[in-house]
Amino acid sequence: MAEDIRLMKGNEAIAEAAIRAGCSAYFGYPITPQNELTAYMARHMLTRKRTFIQAESEVSAINMVYGASAAGARSMTSSSSPGVSLKQEGISYICGADLPAVIVNVARSGPGLGGISPGQADYFQSTRGGGHGDYYHLVLAPKSVQEAADLTYEAFDLADEWRMPAMILADGLIGQMMEGVVLPADRDLAKLPKRPYAVGHQGETGREINHVSSINLVPLELEASVRARFERYAKMKETLVRFEEVQVEDADLVLVAYGTSARVSLGALQEARKAGLKVGLFRPITLWPFPEKRIAELAGKGKRFLAVEMSMGQMVEDVRLAVNGKAPVDFFGRTGGVIPTEDEVLEAARKILGK
Amino acid sequence: MELAYGHPKSLKPIQTKYCPGCGHGVIHRVIAEVIDELGLQGRSIITNPVGCSIWADLYFDFDSVQPAHGRTPAAATGVKRVLPDHLVICYQGDGDLAAIGTAEIIHAANRGEKFTTIFVNNAIYGMTGGQMAPTTLVGQHATTAPFGRDPIEAGMGYPIRVLEMLATLGGTKYLARGSVNNAANIRKTKQYIKKAFEAQMRGEGFTMVEILSQCPTNWSMDAGESVEWLEKNMIPFYALGEVKNTLEEAAK
Ligand SMILES: Cc1ncc(C[n+]2csc(CCOP(=O)(O)OP(=O)(O)O)c2C)c(N)n1
Ligand code: SF4
Ligand SMILES: [Mg+2]
Repeated sequence: MAEDIRLMKGNEAIAEAAIRAGCSAYFGYPITPQNELTAYMARHMLTRKRTFIQAESEVSAINMVYGASAAGARSMTSSSSPGVSLKQEGISYICGADLPAVIVNVARSGPGLGGISPGQADYFQSTRGGGHGDYYHLVLAPKSVQEAADLTYEAFDLADEWRMPAMILADGLIGQMMEGVVLPADRDLAKLPKRPYAVGHQGETGREINHVSSINLVPLELEASVRARFERYAKMKETLVRFEEVQVEDADLVLVAYGTSARVSLGALQEARKAGLKVGLFRPITLWPFPEKRIAELAGKGKRFLAVEMSMGQMVEDVRLAVNGKAPVDFFGRTGGVIPTEDEVLEAARKILGK
Repeated sequence: MELAYGHPKSLKPIQTKYCPGCGHGVIHRVIAEVIDELGLQGRSIITNPVGCSIWADLYFDFDSVQPAHGRTPAAATGVKRVLPDHLVICYQGDGDLAAIGTAEIIHAANRGEKFTTIFVNNAIYGMTGGQMAPTTLVGQHATTAPFGRDPIEAGMGYPIRVLEMLATLGGTKYLARGSVNNAANIRKTKQYIKKAFEAQMRGEGFTMVEILSQCPTNWSMDAGESVEWLEKNMIPFYALGEVKNTLEEAAK
């Protein structure tokens, strides 16, 4: 039977979706604007006798995730920008050891301590492998409380399937606002995907000894393992890319925006259409892998683009790479925790279209 | 006829990469003997640190998880919470535990995490070539303390007695310091490890055995000299014995 719709904060919906996805170990450290997520996990993981630890730092939290994942748990951590910076060391190790994990960034504005208002300036850090070494990981960007819950739920399966961290890149607005949400069904922990590479229970099964590690001092061997990982990335680019399009087909100008700025851009699009301007919206849902093929296709059809972000322009670089000089790409952004208004975006669109 | 003494099953019968006279190999062997005696080979997991003993996973014949430098207790926390009926050994050097990973060890100990830390104190950074460690003695030479560790003028701080510091924490149940300088101390160290492992399997709380260990290579000595140096300099400062034992009465 389908669940009833409930009114929930984004942070709590993410937490509940994670629990239902079979998250069996959660490690967090307080930081605004994601505190409700950790508090929700404390109450509900402990009630269900699953592992919850308030770690001494984000550094520890991500390394607890590393250990718990290596031992077979669906493990998760959440934080906000400064805390996610601290997790980057651990994320690099998790990628180097090919472990699944779910990492939620309810992003705020930076750099440094910055502010606690919503931001999208962590795009580079999230999509470029924010730690050291040659790696990427999945990055999913929700635009609503419902999508935050759905993507979190799915992130656990994707992380297992691709053996890498799946990051939910939300922002303070998605985390803090309340919307109606229908939650997915509870997963049976006994029926989750098996991890033959995990440690533990070796004596019962008699399997080979498992070593979870990222070290390899032999350059040719290390190169081969990095290359193998990149083959996996190539497959992900073929099969996993996700985006949403609104009135793109007949558009002269396509707004490209994700998360909160996509909500604003949708409003601007509706106003533009009322005024007779042919504006469309392209919303990447997977920030990595980025929907570069589709954007290139649209560029080939003569569209021009306006990237809208809550930053000084980060995703716009991926748009430009995808377009590869075939069409003009403009940018409009607000930063420092300022959310652009529909009017501002509409104004930017008008200027480009000369109307 | 029954074999009374042989190579432990939990340790692979291969030569290690450790330098001649290094304490890590002896410590590995003692750990493996205790695991065999407790019949835990198929249920043991080591978190091997960044340091010379990163190679521990080549030698122990059971599962391993290798975390980032100093994060060993955080990773061991994750492993043990997920597999509470397994023996989890958090193996760490002095740089790993008492410098970069100080926060991790203090909080794992304070939470009473039910794994056992084996803390190999050789008063130096072995793997990176002989830099000063938090446990380097006053006056001891290191590549980064070329005129000897000088706590006052050069502001290099004092050697840290980790067990004594951790003993104040409610989560710690058993803290003992052994040494691998001679057979008698190796035997005692083995008893400490056994007590700690048994306490872990009973789920009592945080247990840790610090082991004073030679690093002849980075102390610029031969194996024999390094044993003497440890006896003359380390043992007087790092007193051997049980620093804290609040295990259930019967186990003491
Ligand atoms: C983040 C990070 N910083 C520094 C290093 C370099 N490093 C490798 S081992 C080590 C020190 C190891 O010393 P110790 O923990 O005492 O172990 P030992 O080799 O003496 O057994 C350092 C600093 C590293 N690998 N990672
Ligand atoms: S450098 Fe020191 S600690 Fe490392 S293997 Fe050699 S003797 Fe052992
Ligand atoms: Mg050392």
